[in-house]
Amino acid sequence: MYRYDQYDQAIVDARVDEFRDQVRRRLAGQLTEDQFKPLRLMNGLYLQLHAYMLRVAIPYGTLDSRQLRTLAGIAREFDRGYGHFTTRQNLQFNWIKLEDTPTILERLAKVEMHAIQTSGNCIRNISSDQFAGAAADEVTDPRPWAELLRQWSTFHPEFSYLPRKFKIAVIAANEDRAAMRLHDIGIQLVEQDGAVGARIYAGGGMGRTPMIAPLIRDFVPVDDLMSYLEAALRVYNRYGRRDNIYKARIKILVHEIGADEYRRQVEEEFVAVKQLGIDPPRAELERIQAMFAAPAFSADAPEAIDRSDPDFAVWLDQNVAAHKQPGHAIVTISLKSIGGIPGDASADQMDLVADLAERYSFDELRVTHAQNLVLPHVRKADLPAIWTRLREAGLAEANLDLVTDIIACPGLDYCSLANARSIPLAQKLAVRLAPRQHDLGELKVKISGCINACGHHHAGHIGILGVDKKGVENYQLSFGGSGAEDVSLGKITGPGFDEDGVVDAVDRATCTYVELRQAGERFLDTYRRVGMQPFKEAIYG
Amino acid sequence: MGDLDRASIGGEPLLRFRDDEPHDEPAVTLDSFLAEQTNATAVRLEAGEDARALLPHLDRLALIEVSFPTFRDGRGYSAGRILREAGYAGELRAAGDVLVDQLPLMRRCGFDSFAPETEIDAATLRASLDRYGDHYQAAADPVVPVWRKRHG
Repeated sequence: MYRYDQYDQAIVDARVDEFRDQVRRRLAGQLTEDQFKPLRLMNGLYLQLHAYMLRVAIPYGTLDSRQLRTLAGIAREFDRGYGHFTTRQNLQFNWIKLEDTPTILERLAKVEMHAIQTSGNCIRNISSDQFAGAAADEVTDPRPWAELLRQWSTFHPEFSYLPRKFKIAVIAANEDRAAMRLHDIGIQLVEQDGAVGARIYAGGGMGRTPMIAPLIRDFVPVDDLMSYLEAALRVYNRYGRRDNIYKARIKILVHEIGADEYRRQVEEEFVAVKQLGIDPPRAELERIQAMFAAPAFSADAPEAIDRSDPDFAVWLDQNVAAHKQPGHAIVTISLKSIGGIPGDASADQMDLVADLAERYSFDELRVTHAQNLVLPHVRKADLPAIWTRLREAGLAEANLDLVTDIIACPGLDYCSLANARSIPLAQKLAVRLAPRQHDLGELKVKISGCINACGHHHAGHIGILGVDKKGVENYQLSFGGSGAEDVSLGKITGPGFDEDGVVDAVDRATCTYVELRQAGERFLDTYRRVGMQPFKEAIYG
Repeated sequence: MGDLDRASIGGEPLLRFRDDEPHDEPAVTLDSFLAEQTNATAVRLEAGEDARALLPHLDRLALIEVSFPTFRDGRGYSAGRILREAGYAGELRAAGDVLVDQLPLMRRCGFDSFAPETEIDAATLRASLDRYGDHYQAAADPVVPVWRKRHG
């Protein structure tokens, strides 16, 4: 894991001091709310429906037990005893007092954490593959590259007042576990002639105008990466639209001028920027990579797992993935208990997971964009013990990637932008479909409470968008989206439904899938093969 | 970072980090500079205008004023860096909705003169400019980025 040196620590400490001063000036009336807003947003502090929400950055979704315990402590002391893991691999506290935030940031800084750029029209927390460093299919661990980008983007003097927020994901495998092409810039690390470099996609995103990012550059060597990204961002900063907030993301610019013209402008800018000497030496990447060296796996860890407990066997088959190291495995801890709030974890649960990480996973944890947690490096022999403790804490739901593993935004229960509630719908759907979830297999349901698409509904095999229809909550249903390597955007089925109606419609759609599926087909595959019509007939009859 | 001078221009407050005297010729628009007033030595760039249009003329300009119509409009940061990267050494002034919390970023993008619409508190500004001793990126100021401190 990355460890701060004196420079990283000094920058984060200065940030705490700066924010303390900004809060003081706000409370003293020296800053108007209008002036304070972008400052607090750039520190992850939102004013929601009922209270302030503080979003803590978890860079590329990696953290250790000490950090998770600190988050648990903050949840107990300053919130209501829980936190909410987000689709950007971050953590949100929903019940924060403005005057407590400097103290909370101070606590975070002590464990090398911060809330820098978790909001605002700047480069946001860099997301990555939650299986990084553990998956067998990666060309390299993407996290050192993400850390390089974290540092480059932190308080970037030119790109702190972009037309709109800017999200970057870095992956290093062909299997895309991070929705890479639905980002403003998506980076896939690839190997070319023995060297690793970055394949750059730009102009993807969700929101009200979802777009899949086109390929902009096939290979950028590490020595050019900062210059190239600087060029890509500069073109956007100068020419992205600022007249309409809904057309201000880079996807609109790339779409309006076309990928070829955007690429031409970036390449032209890159020629100018490259001469400035702003790229760190390769030794900097190597310095960071040394901190992400593989843990000391035991070479003779046994492969055998006792499957005699049937409940354990179900969990093993569903939530445990192959590890690159023999005798080891990757455990996903579901934060989607049936009827619970997707992504929520209590302080006690966080402490327990921190204990498990410390004892069984080389003190490492991950947050997934699907709002679950991961123990990335566990010995297969330890799986029964881990499962037993998870079960005691209500964390052993065996539903990874199943229909009840729902992504949902906070919705109208918390968010001042929302048009409809997301959480109660996710709960109803999960309760209804849980009995059939293993038969239905992989089926990704994603719910957004408004057009901003924080719940990634465009990328759901089944997507649900909450809208306001003449003062009544209404839900639009879509099928066929995917945020994975087979990326696609969902298509709306037809007229919307009320809350119970959309649960019934999803239920009927899954029955249609069961009737029509061929061997080995997921819901998404069947939908892609047969099209919308049979589903439409089942839903609208 | 250079010492801060408080001056004024036409009675309006002006914050400068330069040793020379403020340029007193009024800035002309980019269009008129390019079309008729080609002898002008001071030009004002509006937020959407292309700073690169000035690159052939930098050696005879003493002042370039870049407009920040609202503090949220960050195009001026790119304009500043583009001008400095091309070697412009004259006064580079940020004018408009220039606030204390954005000013350090503007300094890093090469601005050395500020004409804020509303007055900036001196103590807050000093604290704001002194707060960060380390910066991760190289930009258009003499700051040594952290990666160079680490690796020499």
